[in-house]
Amino acid sequence: MTPSHRLRYVLAILAGIAVVGVPAWAAFAPVAADTREAVYEIPKGTFARRQAGAKFDLIPSEIRLTMGVKDVLVMKNHDDVPHLFGPVLIMPDQSFRLPFRKASTYLFTCPLHSSGLLTIVVEPEPELGWKRLRWRTAAAAQLAAAL
Amino acid sequence: MTRRPALASGALLASLLLVFGMVAEAAGTPELRAGAFDPPRAAPDFALKGSNGSELKLSRYRGKVVALGFGYTHCPGVCPTTLALLADAKKRLAAAGSNFEVVYVTVDPERDTPERLKSFLAAFDPTFIGATGTPQQLAEVRKAYGITLSEKIFVETLPKSDYLLDHSSSVYLVDRTGQLRGMMPFGASAGDMEHDVRVLLSK
Repeated sequence: MTPSHRLRYVLAILAGIAVVGVPAWAAFAPVAADTREAVYEIPKGTFARRQAGAKFDLIPSEIRLTMGVKDVLVMKNHDDVPHLFGPVLIMPDQSFRLPFRKASTYLFTCPLHSSGLLTIVVEPEPELGWKRLRWRTAAAAQLAAAL
Repeated sequence: MTRRPALASGALLASLLLVFGMVAEAAGTPELRAGAFDPPRAAPDFALKGSNGSELKLSRYRGKVVALGFGYTHCPGVCPTTLALLADAKKRLAAAGSNFEVVYVTVDPERDTPERLKSFLAAFDPTFIGATGTPQQLAEVRKAYGITLSEKIFVETLPKSDYLLDHSSSVYLVDRTGQLRGMMPFGASAGDMEHDVRVLLSK
């Protein structure tokens, strides 16, 4: 085998892995994350900034979670005063950890948003195969967009 | 010369015991299925008028686990669902249920008299106790717990006296020492509630 043939052979194998192996991994590899917690924090000085007239959302009006991957919502208050963070009053240096056990859409009253609601969409753990492949593709697209 | 191995063995044994103790402790503290506060804080105390006709102080229930809910007797959906869940959880707890109290604070003092609260709650469980007070007293309690409440919502097809109220629908969990430990969101199951009450009773 000449060097150029060998190179073609290696490239063909790599192309095969890229076309078949990566999607197969994405469709069938178990879903997991370093942590299942989705953490939202109120930084120190938030109350003072608001008092000074700054307008900003402490928490998005819709949070999307996925069972088995990110299914624990954690809210931390690092400010010096209590904050109503979504549905709960959290004291300074206190955190609130809310695990979800069922995929569903949860609505909480939340005066922080104009709708008066905080929506938490908990999606089911992506099933093996096409759904998991689609979920990984969407996650990769989100990551790329964030970068 | 023989002391070093002995010392090393002792240190190893102590380490193993420490690790074993930590693992055992971690295994012995199951997590709440409700949302949990870390660190917990003392549940704000209040003194209101109880549906049994006497004063209701939250601190009176030290030694028991308390599920603290907020709602009103004219509520068309959320409150009956929550109270049915709490009644189911209490039944599941069987004998342990004697150390579990449900306190329901009205957000509608205008219509919820102690008598009305009593008959409404008795339909779910005769041991459930309601609480009412002046609008100002109730507003202070809501503020202490972060309970939200809308203005009166009037429905065109109903008389003005049949107004609705939009309010926080979660149930707070207070442990035996009076610490505010968790918040069970609306939509949880009676099994979840039973689980968490058992966890809190076991401590």
